[in-house]
Amino acid sequence: MGCLESLPYEVVLSKISFREAREFLARYPEKYDIEPGYRMFDIHIVGVPPIRVAVDGDSLLFPFTKPCHGTFLIRVPNATDEIARLRSRA
Amino acid sequence: MKFLYQKQSIEKSISYIHPNIILYITMPEERDRKVTILVMGCPKVPVQTSLVLYLAHRMKNAGYQTIIAGTPAARQLIRVADPDGHYIMEMKDLDATIAALAEEKLPVTNSFVFVHNDAGISYAATMQSLTNKPVTAIIFGEEAEQVTSEITFPCSIIADPAIHNPMPLKRKIEEAAPWDA
Repeated sequence: MGCLESLPYEVVLSKISFREAREFLARYPEKYDIEPGYRMFDIHIVGVPPIRVAVDGDSLLFPFTKPCHGTFLIRVPNATDEIARLRSRA
Repeated sequence: MKFLYQKQSIEKSISYIHPNIILYITMPEERDRKVTILVMGCPKVPVQTSLVLYLAHRMKNAGYQTIIAGTPAARQLIRVADPDGHYIMEMKDLDATIAALAEEKLPVTNSFVFVHNDAGISYAATMQSLTNKPVTAIIFGEEAEQVTSEITFPCSIIADPAIHNPMPLKRKIEEAAPWDA
């Protein structure tokens, strides 16, 4: 099981709802819906389905929830493997 | 021990008959085992710990294998309150529990998610999606009404804006009596 802290992530938005994350990610042309529990970067994503993630170049943007701090929108660069895995699901 | 011996004997007999047959046997004690998970949220609202202990105790007495999942801080509060394990049976890391459910390694009968913020809603939705079994959101805290209105997925809801006094929610949990299900 992985840990977000091991990734070179950037916080795009903090303390948001899943609806706000979905609305923000609507601006990206390439986006995918994943189900709760989907494994990315060795992390199981939690959230209210459908959980939207978006591709921006070689970066992946997705919501990440911490029990005491709420939901953040995270950008992880150099995510080519995970992006390829998402594309192969489509 | 007796069941394990019988299971191994049956498997050995079947593989002798045909080595390509893979037999899955559910022994009576496994089939009848009821498992419930109590998912704790951030422990900053005082009522959560006592309500988790109370519900764990009731579910345990009703014959459920009761697992409490939470952050390290939430689990420490429980462990300190019940050092000899009179009321609790098993505790797991929250992320590890989600991983086990996602990988279908943890069959459950039902679950209860303690919710007082948006993150709690995310965990309740995730439990509903991963287990496809009855989920009850126990909602508390000063934003209980707002949090309740944001739940749009199928689950039972027990809610009260309790912060320090667990009694209103305890009464509502007793009215629902999930241990009788």
